[in-house]
Amino acid sequence: MNLKTLSLGLILGSTAGLLVSSAAFAEGIDTKRLHPKDEKFSFEGPFGTYDRGSLQRGFQVYKEVCAACHAANHLSFHNLDEKGGPEFTEAQAKALAAAVKVPAEPNDKGETTDEKGTPLMRSATLADHFPPPYPNENAARANNGGALPPDLSMIVKAREGGAQYVYSILTGFHEKAPAGFKVTANKYFNPYFEGWNISMPPPLAANGVTYSDGTKATIEQEAHDVVTFLAWASEPKMEERKRFGFGTMAFLIVLAGLLFAAYRKLWKDQH
Amino acid sequence: MSGPSTYNPKSGFERWLDARLPLPRLMHDTMQTFPTPRNLNIWYTFGGILTFCLGVQIITGVVLAMHYVANAGLAFDSVEAIMRDVNYGWLIRYMHANGASMFFLAVYIHMFRGLYYGSYKAPRELIWIIGVLIYLLMMATAFFGYVLPWGQMSFWGATVITNLFSAIPVIGNHIATWLWGDFAVGDATLNRFFSLHYLLPFIIAAVVGLHIWALHVPGNNNPLGIDVKSPQDTVPFHPYYTVKDAFYLVLFVILFAGFVFYSPDFFGNPDNYQPANPLVTPPDIVPEWYLLPFYAMLRSIPNKLLGVIVMGGAIVTLVFIPWLDTSRVRSCRFRPLMKQFFWAFAVCCVLLGYCGAQAVDAARFGIPLVWVARIASLYYFAFFWLIMPIIGLIETPKKLPASIAQSVFGDNAATPAE
Amino acid sequence: MAATTSDAGTRRDFIYVASASMGAVGAAALAWPFIDQMNPTTAALALASTEVDLSAIQPGQQIVYKWRGHPLFVRRRTPAEIAAAKAVDVASLPDNNARNANVADNLPATDANRAIKPEWLVLIGVCTHLGCTPTVSTPAIPEGEYGGWLCHCHGSMYDTAGRIRKGPAPENLPVPPYAFLSDTRIKVG
Repeated sequence: MNLKTLSLGLILGSTAGLLVSSAAFAEGIDTKRLHPKDEKFSFEGPFGTYDRGSLQRGFQVYKEVCAACHAANHLSFHNLDEKGGPEFTEAQAKALAAAVKVPAEPNDKGETTDEKGTPLMRSATLADHFPPPYPNENAARANNGGALPPDLSMIVKAREGGAQYVYSILTGFHEKAPAGFKVTANKYFNPYFEGWNISMPPPLAANGVTYSDGTKATIEQEAHDVVTFLAWASEPKMEERKRFGFGTMAFLIVLAGLLFAAYRKLWKDQH
Repeated sequence: MSGPSTYNPKSGFERWLDARLPLPRLMHDTMQTFPTPRNLNIWYTFGGILTFCLGVQIITGVVLAMHYVANAGLAFDSVEAIMRDVNYGWLIRYMHANGASMFFLAVYIHMFRGLYYGSYKAPRELIWIIGVLIYLLMMATAFFGYVLPWGQMSFWGATVITNLFSAIPVIGNHIATWLWGDFAVGDATLNRFFSLHYLLPFIIAAVVGLHIWALHVPGNNNPLGIDVKSPQDTVPFHPYYTVKDAFYLVLFVILFAGFVFYSPDFFGNPDNYQPANPLVTPPDIVPEWYLLPFYAMLRSIPNKLLGVIVMGGAIVTLVFIPWLDTSRVRSCRFRPLMKQFFWAFAVCCVLLGYCGAQAVDAARFGIPLVWVARIASLYYFAFFWLIMPIIGLIETPKKLPASIAQSVFGDNAATPAE
Repeated sequence: MAATTSDAGTRRDFIYVASASMGAVGAAALAWPFIDQMNPTTAALALASTEVDLSAIQPGQQIVYKWRGHPLFVRRRTPAEIAAAKAVDVASLPDNNARNANVADNLPATDANRAIKPEWLVLIGVCTHLGCTPTVSTPAIPEGEYGGWLCHCHGSMYDTAGRIRKGPAPENLPVPPYAFLSDTRIKVG
């Protein structure tokens, strides 16, 4: 019966003829996104950890470049000095927070703005979330030609392809559009993005940031660092998870060995 | 429970308790001395594994509910707060999320084992039917649970599944609106799904109690499918099966832990890490893997109402299996013809699952998958409604062994040491 | 394993005992995450310190802030209130312990040990009896007999240094850890 179903399927399939693809076609060009680049990261594999230097540099790239348009709402300043993250010192994290202004709570007179209507601001503390660059979605769209820059705190987990995908987007702007492919107005060519037209202008430039540790700020280096930072932002407990996993596995394997011995001994004469 | 009780209260307190609430006697008779066929194989350890899975889901679920906020505006953030801020919240949530997949993996093995060894046949029809009810409750619970993180897949999964009810003629749309409590899936829907998601596991636990109760009347089936005839055919449940079940449970937990610690998002969908957006549907709506075969059936039928009927029928069919199988022999081990159709059925279920995971217009080797799904669906129904009754009548089964003990120890084996 | 232990006279088999105890150890270890999850989250801990601006508080006035979910009393005492607090014989107090997180544990409850600067009294506004919030006493609306606070739940009375004087409460109102960042700004926690 199974063979019959297969052969029946084959016949039906061959008569159906054309292979149907889900990809969009633009003037004869398949604009399905390219497979992400195979960039290697330190946090891959069962024992992989985040590269601290890369995390700290990546935070700098995020802060100086990405944060101009993208929110990272799930990150708090106290995350910056937590174990398994960029591991800034508490003093550094406080200084980084204090340099950022967030809307102040209503003052004693119940005001949230000064006489000129400017919102009252205060320095952020460790308890504050990273403030968004725009007050609401409409403001974000209005400032970005109608496109909404996505929140970055989960971006690595929220995209098929993960870290490699985000890295490929960030480094994929230099590629030339094939002849016949027209880039939509106000969009940019990026073959790693579905449809190849992306609303984000190329965000990274060589020496766009100045690393304090002397690392040369190429586009690839900046992308690698910021993707490391974003991977941590998506999965801040990864190092703890893998550490726990190792202990748990070792324990379970020993327990399984003991139980197997007990089982064999008990059943020796029973089957 | 089968046979007279062998419980012998020793201390004065045990005698006092036994006369008032014979709980120790129940435990003694069902979990300690319960005579269990001595030839149960690895596939019979999944009942215990499933009890473990239910326990894990309830315990981790109760803990998650301490931190979760069932509000459309806050649900997504509260789940992220569990992952980031709650002590070991990441561990507990990943256990719960992967635990659901492990639960279904175990239940499918358990069900296919029951099918292969004919465990649904008299006198165990009710065990099977109660089991189907548990499976149905599990699917409902899993669906409600998947909605709670309020990501894109949660929202659109809820939208698609609740819209199935709108296929019902005349009152369908009213039922959908009633389920939503609004004009679309929204805050009201999330709240009621949370309430039901918290309630149903305890109902499952109660029905599992019935399942085990019903099992302890006739006792376990076994790979030979023949009845227990003498005490030589059985061993006491404890320690023989407690230890064996414990060993296989630990192996199962190793697999479980592998996912939790090293690939926690393996069964997940990246879209569910984006907050629910009622204005944008993700390009591919895919249910969790354990619902894919039914999803494939639904998609392969071009008519809305018919698709829903077929999908529902696939589950309802399971209830009738005890009477659709006309064979006198339980175990497929002795049914050469049925064995082949059984494996074809297993392949067909996997194939349906595969089709359900692919894009709706996908094709492989030039074959549109929708046709593969159609044929596989056809086989699914034919297997139960045609093949099972007919094969039972025309098949010549192999010769059954005289007893379990004889099959284990050989013809002239001495009485084994107890 | 019950079966082996119940066989009177046979020695326990190592492998059974070892696997059973290992299983028990594993279950116990797994219990910890499920207990610890109920402790305050890292987000709650990050909120554990609060800064208070003192410049708007008038002499004789008390402002209530929120710190770690509790009311935080910040009272600017008048010279008369300070003098009344200093005049008390500490040996006669029901609780002769400073209860001040900023000084050593065993110091007496003198007024000097209760406030970093005499003018400013900073207290956790939780009655040490059963946790109600005491009501502040002012010359216009006196509460209790000692010019400090009265807890309306069960009648505990506190003086102008927040020390228990009368009623069921066993201890003085606690002083939280705090520090002056400037003359008009303190950081609590």
